[in-house]
Amino acid sequence: MATAKKATHFPLLDNDDPQSSGMHPLKALTKRITEAYGPSGYEQGVRELIRDEIKGFADEVRVDALGNLIARKKGTGPTPRKKVMLAAHMDEIGVIVTHIDEKGFARFAPIGGVYPLTLFGQRCRFANGVVGVFGREIKDSTATEVTLNKLFIDVGATSKDDAPVGVGDPAGFWRDFSDLGNRIVSKAMDDRIGCVVLIEVLKQLKKSPHDVYFVFTVQEEVGLRGATTSAYGVQPDLAIAVDVTGTGDTPEANTMAVQLGKGPAIKVKDAGMLAHPAVKNLLAETAKEAKIPYQFEVLTGGTTDAMAMQTTREGVPAGCLSVPTRYVHTPSEMIDFNDLQNSIKLLVAVLGKQIKLD
Amino acid sequence: MSAKDFLKKLSEAHGVSGYEHAIREMVIAEFKPYADEISVTPMGSVIALKRGAGPSMRSTLSRAEGLRTGKVLIEGHMDEIGLMVTEIEQGFLRFTQVGGFDVRVLPSQEVIVHGKQKLRGIIGARPPHVLTADEREKVIPMSDLWIDVGLPEARVRELVQVGDWITYARDVIDLKNNLVAGKSLDDRAAVVSVVEALKSLATMKHTWDVYAVANVQEEVGLKGAQTSAFRINPDVAIALDVSHAEQPNTPEIGTVPLGGGMGIAIGPNIHPLVYEKLTEVAKANEIAFKVLAEAGATGTDAWAMQVVREGIPTGLIDIPLRYMHTSVETISITDVERIGRLLALFCASLDDKFIKQLRGETEEATRKSAKETRKNAKKK
Amino acid sequence: MLLEKLSNARGVSGNEGEVREILIDAVKDHVDEYRVDTLGNLIARKKAKGARARKPLRVMLAAHMDEIGLMITHHDSNGYLRFDPVGGIDARVLLSKTVLIGKDKVPGVIGVKPIHLLKASERQQVLETDALTIDIGAKSKEDAQGLVKIGDYATFATTFSSIGTDCVKGKALDDRAGCAALVEILKRDYPFDLYGVFTAQEEVGARGARVAAYAIEPTYAFALEGTVCDDSPKKKDVSPVTRVGGGPAITFADNSLLSDRRLVDLLVETARENKIPYQFKQAVAGGTDAGRITLVKEGVPSVAVAVPTRYIHSPVSLLSKRDFENLIALMIKALPKVAKI
Repeated sequence: MATAKKATHFPLLDNDDPQSSGMHPLKALTKRITEAYGPSGYEQGVRELIRDEIKGFADEVRVDALGNLIARKKGTGPTPRKKVMLAAHMDEIGVIVTHIDEKGFARFAPIGGVYPLTLFGQRCRFANGVVGVFGREIKDSTATEVTLNKLFIDVGATSKDDAPVGVGDPAGFWRDFSDLGNRIVSKAMDDRIGCVVLIEVLKQLKKSPHDVYFVFTVQEEVGLRGATTSAYGVQPDLAIAVDVTGTGDTPEANTMAVQLGKGPAIKVKDAGMLAHPAVKNLLAETAKEAKIPYQFEVLTGGTTDAMAMQTTREGVPAGCLSVPTRYVHTPSEMIDFNDLQNSIKLLVAVLGKQIKLD
Repeated sequence: MSAKDFLKKLSEAHGVSGYEHAIREMVIAEFKPYADEISVTPMGSVIALKRGAGPSMRSTLSRAEGLRTGKVLIEGHMDEIGLMVTEIEQGFLRFTQVGGFDVRVLPSQEVIVHGKQKLRGIIGARPPHVLTADEREKVIPMSDLWIDVGLPEARVRELVQVGDWITYARDVIDLKNNLVAGKSLDDRAAVVSVVEALKSLATMKHTWDVYAVANVQEEVGLKGAQTSAFRINPDVAIALDVSHAEQPNTPEIGTVPLGGGMGIAIGPNIHPLVYEKLTEVAKANEIAFKVLAEAGATGTDAWAMQVVREGIPTGLIDIPLRYMHTSVETISITDVERIGRLLALFCASLDDKFIKQLRGETEEATRKSAKETRKNAKKK
Repeated sequence: MLLEKLSNARGVSGNEGEVREILIDAVKDHVDEYRVDTLGNLIARKKAKGARARKPLRVMLAAHMDEIGLMITHHDSNGYLRFDPVGGIDARVLLSKTVLIGKDKVPGVIGVKPIHLLKASERQQVLETDALTIDIGAKSKEDAQGLVKIGDYATFATTFSSIGTDCVKGKALDDRAGCAALVEILKRDYPFDLYGVFTAQEEVGARGARVAAYAIEPTYAFALEGTVCDDSPKKKDVSPVTRVGGGPAITFADNSLLSDRRLVDLLVETARENKIPYQFKQAVAGGTDAGRITLVKEGVPSVAVAVPTRYIHSPVSLLSKRDFENLIALMIKALPKVAKI
């Protein structure tokens, strides 16, 4: 395992050309994938990046009606083979313009769970590259109690007519990737880091006794919509989502046992689902065998694509592998680089072996 | 096993949503003598099939009419609400809930922690003596409670992990007038009624196939029912769940007297013909019930089953129960048995005619339109 | 006028029979077949016409038959009726309204304590539905029980009529306007199989659309709606959501759906080419049948388009006839182009 490069005080310069500046290839991939534009429903750019990245590694690649990217790697075991579905979502939270006033300021609605507190002074970026700044109404409110309807986007327009964006245009947060050494930070770590894990697992998985479906889903942040439909199509025997989870390791955090750097988190429960005990055990036992650190996760808010996959058709044993992440749903989501590598290792180990669920 | 004995056994067993395995084994054992086939779904629900005699008319005739054996699903859920360990703090366990709790009932409950071994525990809170007057006025939030298993921290860490589940430790107690109180009677009582129905059906003639189902994960989103109904794809589905019995400080509206029968629901969630049939059978057999108007989501498995696949005609029977989601849920054994009998009578009453009635509107409409299309074509 | 008949007809979620009968009558001569499913959806099918008919393409148009209303839950000891709302109703609009209950259309009024008897503090108090009763003039509990049953549905007793120069008012324009538009759309031929689905139970969770789409497996879906309008004068320069008279409103996103961009663009381009006025629904609010249809089986790209309607989910709503007609015109021009996506 290569060690991460020391953090620089000039991340922008350092990030100009990740390949030539000697950034760890996995970090370079993470930078590319996280910086891409892709609010829920507008994942095309991310999808094309991933499709390029996995070219030649899967036996079959298709895009379904809602835009999920489904890559199948055929198993080598005797038929009938188990179908294992891995899901990571391509979309990120963002905003969508609902009104442009006479002076050219845009009002907006959230796409997914956006905290108003995180917006003021931040920037967003539209599909056409236009960058906007979140401003707030100052009169009658303070910065801490700001609500979304008291915020607006300033795209530098002087009137409604010269506004470079229109009603219905979506935008994502706009922030660069930063390499802090052992820790890396960017927007949309949720859940591009899951996409990175799936890409790497697909590349590193030499062979599996199972048919493995790597599904890069759409519209997770607005209600697990892509996973709902793609799981119906794939009809898996076992489903594992790869997503981020919160941590309890920052000052005065909520009670939560998960910490950054203590290994991938194996989900037991979140607000939407209980992991199938056999899937939970499969992940934990495999981690023990392969001497990969892991932790158990009980998350009291939020859920993942696993919830949707679990109730597909007549039900699917489902679980979730989480990459512990600080500051989830802000423009600066932080993960530990070792957790990322260990997540990949763990899934490669799981998929390489004969799976028995009981 | 008698209804009461089985209910006692199920109530005192442990299985929160997602961890119903112990309950599942008990249910399978009880279903077995009455079932032609038993299967378990990928989520862990149990399905017992008791075959019916099939369409009553001669087979060729029936085929010509497009008749097949009807499928009726009757179900209750076998999971219970519970708690789960979120963190181990100096040997005490912090926890969250699986399903919905009133946190006010938690302090000083005795529990079982399902770690590497079953551990007795007490839900602890700070003593009132050390609290300020203000603090004593407030409900203690879950974050200020803990579970004490009486072991040193190192030993706790050996035996308990984050994600271990916790249930009430509570034996069933007998009250007067054939009432019992205990934990998780919601909805194990329904499972008992389903078994009672199977028992009765063993002595009745029925043409439809009966699918008796004990579902998982109702308390966390009606998940077992949705997926089991998908597998079975029944012509009619009846959910059994508990509803609030008349009890102190609750309105008369929407509650059913305990020991006085059952509720039969009506509303958008319920197919009108299924409601009609249920009430008809109850009346014909002098079984007491109260109509419960449900203006929208019933919050029961019926809600999930109705929209499975192309839609399933669904009914809902409510077992009256006091003190729901506490460890002293109170229920009448008489009600449980009576509901089992109604279910059996309902299943036995389903005939070829009822399938046709359910399909009736559809077929008639299709025929009508085909005829009209032909007529229009001729006109042209 | 069909819209008038539909608006006056009674069909609270789960009890859409009366509306369905009117619609069966209206469409039966224009479609190849129709059926009613388990939840009560009316599914009408028009087979593909024309030489270049593309066989596998199936387009579903959904308009919901059901309206919000009330359900009787209890007879009080003195003969008053208690009720729960069916669908989303702001209880503040219920005071002093008239209703019709059950099959027999038993008239009732939602009475309130007279202002003369109110304490100053009571005048500021919002009355929730559980504090309200319906008075049918019954003498006693038994008298009331003889007239109205538990589980009976009540609708607002509102009569449809024109108002102003271009507008109409009535109850349940959400979504009888969509139903009436769909009937008109079904009178044309299209180069693909068109399923006109008059759905049940939209107001309690888009439950009809879900199972209908499961049976149909459409390639694309459109929901035709009567949607929220907030175009009253405001101090701030903020979104009106939609404007009455501004043309059909196209949804790019609501709480249930991110509309398929190709379908949004198709509608916008068609409107521009044909000089049909249009607007966006400028808010991410509410949900429609399209949000459930899009999740069915392997997924269905969907969009919602609506007649802007003021005061929806209340006893009386208002819309512009021109908006209504432009919705029909827009759909008739846009639909044939779906085959080219």
